[in-house]
Amino acid sequence: MNPVRQVTGRALPLDRRDVDTDQIIPSDWLKRIERTGYGAGLFEAWRADPAFVLNDARFRGAKILVAGANFGCGSSREHAAWALADWGFGAIIAPSFADIFRSNGLGIGLVLAELPELDVAQLLAAVEADPTLEISVSVEAREVTVAALRYSAPFPLADSWQARLLAGQDEIELSLTHVDSIAAYESRRSSWLPTLS
Amino acid sequence: MTTGRPLAEKVWEAHVVHRAAGGPDLLYVDLHLVHEVTSPQAFEGLRLAGRRVRRPELTVATMDHNTPTVADRAIADPDSARQIATLAHNCAAFGIRLFPMGDPGQGIVHVIGPQLGLTQPGMVIVCGDSHTSTHGAFGAIAFGIGTSDVEHVLATQTIARPRPKTMAVSLDGPAPADVTAKDLILGIIARIGVHGGIGHLVEYGGEAIRALSMEGRMTVCNMSIEAGARAGMIAPDAVTFAYLEGRPHAPTGAAWERALDHWRGLPTDADARYDREVRIDARLLRPYVTWGTNPAQSVAIDDRVPDPETLADDASRDSARRALAYMDLRPGTAMRDIAVDTVFLGSCTNGRIEDFRAAAAVLRGRRVRRGIRALAVPGSMAVKAQAEAEGLDRIFRDAGFEWRIAGCSMCLGMNDDVAKSGERIASTSNRNFEGRQGPGARTHLVSPAVAAATAIAGHFAAPADLS
Ligand code: SF4
Repeated sequence: MNPVRQVTGRALPLDRRDVDTDQIIPSDWLKRIERTGYGAGLFEAWRADPAFVLNDARFRGAKILVAGANFGCGSSREHAAWALADWGFGAIIAPSFADIFRSNGLGIGLVLAELPELDVAQLLAAVEADPTLEISVSVEAREVTVAALRYSAPFPLADSWQARLLAGQDEIELSLTHVDSIAAYESRRSSWLPTLS
Repeated sequence: MTTGRPLAEKVWEAHVVHRAAGGPDLLYVDLHLVHEVTSPQAFEGLRLAGRRVRRPELTVATMDHNTPTVADRAIADPDSARQIATLAHNCAAFGIRLFPMGDPGQGIVHVIGPQLGLTQPGMVIVCGDSHTSTHGAFGAIAFGIGTSDVEHVLATQTIARPRPKTMAVSLDGPAPADVTAKDLILGIIARIGVHGGIGHLVEYGGEAIRALSMEGRMTVCNMSIEAGARAGMIAPDAVTFAYLEGRPHAPTGAAWERALDHWRGLPTDADARYDREVRIDARLLRPYVTWGTNPAQSVAIDDRVPDPETLADDASRDSARRALAYMDLRPGTAMRDIAVDTVFLGSCTNGRIEDFRAAAAVLRGRRVRRGIRALAVPGSMAVKAQAEAEGLDRIFRDAGFEWRIAGCSMCLGMNDDVAKSGERIASTSNRNFEGRQGPGARTHLVSPAVAAATAIAGHFAAPADLS
């Protein structure tokens, strides 16, 4: 994961809630064994509709996705996060994120900013009215700011996630620093627990 | 001042390897389930970093999503074939036990774990698959993870997660006789909503849950993710222990006694508190059919397609309008007046032996309505063998069902079992998302009993409707 301090750019409004990961990347794409190249499949079914916002030239090049509540629900497919990042999104703003998507997204360096429902509704309206509006999502300040609207609001981000995003830290490396604790735990495990050996 | 702890907290705390302020807990993983779809990039990551699998003997793999459900058929899609071959190669290279296509132990990952006795009370179980919540039926903490996390578990046998909140969902009173486990969970999701469980480990309890078999409990826990929950759990009891005893990986002899001692201490203490408690009167539940494109959008089979304009808030109205347009349904239509093209019986939600028995009881001596395609896909090869030993396959075949071999099949259509655009399906699976069973396909979630009755009637029907 590359370090990320802040994501600044134009936004794309996706005014739908409960966007599931089957929509973000359909299962046909899950047959691939690579980690990259999923952008072309992003919202594939919805993009068949010319009126779908991802086809709207005014929002081309947007770096921030603004969406409805419970974004990323459903399947655990990390491919959904890969597809969003591959398309060019660096941050997503929504009233809430599904739990598995949250860890998948943050884990690959997508900044997920949870803001109150009313704030997100206002941002959606503002971006629809002015697609050039610049939004900034700061990992350092844990804050979303829209200078043109004099808007600024904090979003929750655990210290550990903030540190990992800022440092671009590999989680496996980090966990392996506790390898002694892991081994100690293993020596305490009950002997009846199942194994496949 | 309470000192008691909920089941979830006991299991969680017993697995903490490392805890630091401001960070997630590092939890030990007792069992890691692997399938072909969400693992290739994880193994590749290990290879690139020069890492090994820390505990291959705590990992088990199966092929399920891409596998053909027609016997002896080779995989036509080159990408599917490559993904299957990649899993075989990775398991061989990293020393992981694999149940490959054609093996009598093969099946859907969430069906084979319990079947083998690998899923036990008090464990932490993960898999690169959101329906890992199924295993919570045994009183385990079981949840889905992404591919980077799969790599993390392979390398460290641990997973980092923030401490969850706890939520109790109590189903009070006996459920009506025609209400199945599938209806219980559809009823729960309709009440708490598709994001009602975010951040929570949900513990199901109450008389209607206690009355369920292990398979019914698995059906309930399976769909916890459809309510947004991090996991679903049911406290282990005599039903759990009876199911486990004698399974291939269950402890035996003195070890069984020690395990029982431990398991009996897991249920939530009487004076424990949850962060949130929901009570539902199970006597009011009905067999449900979904009408929309998320699993909370359901009504009783006796009911009608709702009018979006009557819904409480803008967001619900908007999503109901979109759902009805996609599903090509008109408000006010009686559910029983909706004709289907296809009936799918299977998946990790309803692909177990009791599901096939329930459907067979409805199908016996009857014929599937002309023009309807009906698929029966056992959740595992062992379920298939058991059904055949009981003669159920004959009942399905005689009724006009296609009797298939095990796999995920039309639950998500990664193999050849893809529904066509516009096709309307009564499905015993867990997701009615747009395009889930094929681009443009229209999914209605139902129980096995309703699926079978619907296959006979040609439109949504309960067994009691059949003459
Ligand atoms: S049956 Fe369906 S939900 Fe279950 S693991 Fe397979 S694809 Fe996933």
